Amino acid sequence: MDTEGYRDHPVRSYVLTGGRSRPTRNTLRPETLLCTVDDGRELPSHAGRHQHTLLRTCRGTLALAEVAAYLRLPVSLVAVLASDLLDGGFLALRSTATHDLPDTELLEEVLDGLRSL
Amino acid sequence: MDSAASDPAGTAPARARHLAATVKRSVKVLVVGPFGVGKTTLIQSVSEIPVLSTEESITTASVGVDRRTGEKSTTTVAMDFGRVTVGGDTALYLFGTPGQRRFWDLWSGLADGAVGVLVLVDTRNLADSFEVLDQLEDHTRLPLTVVVNEFPGAPRHSVEEVRTALDLPAGTPVVSGDVRGRPRAVQALTTLVAHALEQRARQAAAA
Repeated sequence: MDTEGYRDHPVRSYVLTGGRSRPTRNTLRPETLLCTVDDGRELPSHAGRHQHTLLRTCRGTLALAEVAAYLRLPVSLVAVLASDLLDGGFLALRSTATHDLPDTELLEEVLDGLRSL
Repeated sequence: MDSAASDPAGTAPARARHLAATVKRSVKVLVVGPFGVGKTTLIQSVSEIPVLSTEESITTASVGVDRRTGEKSTTTVAMDFGRVTVGGDTALYLFGTPGQRRFWDLWSGLADGAVGVLVLVDTRNLADSFEVLDQLEDHTRLPLTVVVNEFPGAPRHSVEEVRTALDLPAGTPVVSGDVRGRPRAVQALTTLVAHALEQRARQAAAA
């Protein structure tokens, strides 16, 4: 069934995250930029295939929402996976700002950037 | 050999469109409006990547469907989004979502820290936009810009007519045009960011 953006499907998210529905950190937003840390370390043997795919996908910088779209998983689920990988040092945050609102200077730069598109 | 071909489990995603190495920060704009109003069209007009989509699950109890059966099942709501790199070091994300708060609450932090909201309006269905605007005014303090999507064949209304019909807060910019065109879509974003800056300056002056 697909009606105006709704579609029914079974939930499997909590299985993939070991039963957890919340990430270990709450600073990850859909636009948070992520990048794989390329230091030659291997993921622990218990890591799942989604963790492996996530790290392969983030060999260049992407936002959390983009990773979720490429992995075909919900953002909330990928936030849990990404949090674990950040905690383990396999993934790094690329964007540093965690302010509630973008500051004036940033807005001015965005405006200039848009005007020169 | 690319990663997709070497992935034995077949789980490698489509080749990702990474950001330039110079990009060090991100901002976002929400694109809201009723179903079919042209959110994805506007996002595609601006985006440097093909529009991506992701889904979240909600129980039907919170969207009020399937009451007939009385069963609690799970429903997904899709979010389309795109991005454009501005000024070389900033990724601007455009997240399209139905305006109702119960939808955007699905994506934790979606509204938090947003530059502002582009509210898409179809003049053939102004009533559909009332709930969206009410939700935004009741639950956020985000700067708004109303974008009247001029569908081919739709009746033309002046900006003032739309402003009156929607009872917009004073100072809310209204732009109109066919959002299939990139210049029009970029103009909507430029208007919103300029409005956000003005709002910030007013708040600073009042403080």
